[in-house]
Amino acid sequence: MKISQKRIVTAYVFLAVPLVFYIVVRFYPMIYAFWLSFTNWKLVSPKQDFVGFSNFVKLFKDKVFMTSLWNTIKYVLFGVPLVIVISLFLAATLNRVKHLQWFYRLLYVMPYITPLVAVSWVWRWIYQRPPAGILNNLLMAFGLDAQPFLTSMNQSLPAIVVTTVWVNLGYCIIIFLAGLQTIPQEYIEAAKIDGATSRQSFFKITIPLLSPITVFLVVTQSITFLRIFTQVYNMTDQGSGGPLNATKPLVLYIYQKAFRSFDMGLASSATVILFLIIMGITLVQLLVLNKRVQY
Amino acid sequence: MTRTDRKTSFFAYIFLTIFAIVMVFPFVWMFSSSFKTSEEIYEMTVIPENPSLANYEFIFNYSMFPRWFLNSMIVAVVTTISVLFFDSLVGYTLAKYNFPGKNIIFILILSTLMIPTEMLVIPWYIMVRQLKWMETYWSIMFPGMISAFGVFLMKQFMSTIPDDLLDAARIDGVSEFGIFMRIVMPLVKPALATLAIFNFIGNWNAFLWPLIVAQTPKMYTLPVGVSYFSSENLTRWELIMTGAAVSTIPLIIFFIIFQKQIVKGIAMSGLKG
Repeated sequence: MKISQKRIVTAYVFLAVPLVFYIVVRFYPMIYAFWLSFTNWKLVSPKQDFVGFSNFVKLFKDKVFMTSLWNTIKYVLFGVPLVIVISLFLAATLNRVKHLQWFYRLLYVMPYITPLVAVSWVWRWIYQRPPAGILNNLLMAFGLDAQPFLTSMNQSLPAIVVTTVWVNLGYCIIIFLAGLQTIPQEYIEAAKIDGATSRQSFFKITIPLLSPITVFLVVTQSITFLRIFTQVYNMTDQGSGGPLNATKPLVLYIYQKAFRSFDMGLASSATVILFLIIMGITLVQLLVLNKRVQY
Repeated sequence: MTRTDRKTSFFAYIFLTIFAIVMVFPFVWMFSSSFKTSEEIYEMTVIPENPSLANYEFIFNYSMFPRWFLNSMIVAVVTTISVLFFDSLVGYTLAKYNFPGKNIIFILILSTLMIPTEMLVIPWYIMVRQLKWMETYWSIMFPGMISAFGVFLMKQFMSTIPDDLLDAARIDGVSEFGIFMRIVMPLVKPALATLAIFNFIGNWNAFLWPLIVAQTPKMYTLPVGVSYFSSENLTRWELIMTGAAVSTIPLIIFFIIFQKQIVKGIAMSGLKG
């Protein structure tokens, strides 16, 4: 056997276990999920018939599904702009100070590495009604009215958004900061000599130069918010996504359909919809990055 | 420094400090509550009047938290070791060997990054039931034994190793696997450290999959167990906060030790995108 042939054999021996893993634990389950989405299979019954698109039709007629789809969109629309804008301003401010930069950065990133379940329960505790909740006590100390937060139809979703923004800020700050530090200082200096104010140079130089990073963060954060589950499960009563489905996102709907009602067919159809949305966003990112943001 | 510079940096520090307080306060409140007795838990004192370790003693003596702590540790450590070994091996093979199908394999592995876990949990659950893996550590761990992001990361690092080094070892009669374990692995230690840290954190914090497969308290991981002291009628906040603190403390220690690698690792993941 020639050396090059021997190398080929070695390569495939090295890859054997990982390839089996990828086929059995990633590709086969994915194809299986697609197949399930076209069947009426309930875990408890042996019946598994091909039903075409009827699960998808059922989903779009299901009020709870439509509510959770709409809630998911709300999480993205509220959460992503908030986390991007706040983290950009914090990163830009951090980039300007000379001392203690690492210390602030450390504090900001702590929530991101903390278990999300622990974070959710701490915030649930903070949001409690008076006399238990510290946030309401703070509001009352400033002479404001106590708020229902998590028990309110209108406030519960924004309250969960705030917690999630708090968690993800540190991640975005670190990435923005890394991006800001690659911008040559000469650009800013040159603009200053030409008489630009620091606000002008921020909006006309810094933000355009950061746009590839901003696009990346918008996309990854959108996907994070689309997949929101743990916070809602732990911050709402009995993991219900309540009150009255006001906070229920897509993934919680999937979880309940699959592991409470054991309707595997319908739940798989909902995962296919989630997958298509994520694919769509990722493709938009590729298009935008290739086209617009070249400087 | 001009006067306006000094003024802006003064406001910058105030702005940063206010946010730092917002970021840290929930942690302070969590620890503060965990040292309070059930009588004091509804008091708004940041420093408890009678701080006590009673909640921690209770949790460690009369609940399954020690077991859950152990479960979390086993899951996080075993998956991390597996990821380090297999991701490096795949990354090395893809970077340093020439064989038919190489590019397709790399693209296929990377493409799995786009599959949301939520889509896979239903088939995984069916697999676990059919193969009778229910209530085993293996059922919690198997989906995370190899990570596509790690393969990508390791391939990048492996391709910086000079081929001459590998050829020299071959001439010295080192076996192909020996080259990987004894020559290549020590050279990529920094990358291994980054991968280990992120993988450990990710598995320690994982919730959805353990929630699905760990059905009896015996097999819970810490995140699944935190809500144990909450029921429809009564929520023992002091115990829940203690449980949350117990699941957070190892990560805070971890974070203090590895802060540099963590910050660098996050920045790297962004700039790649």
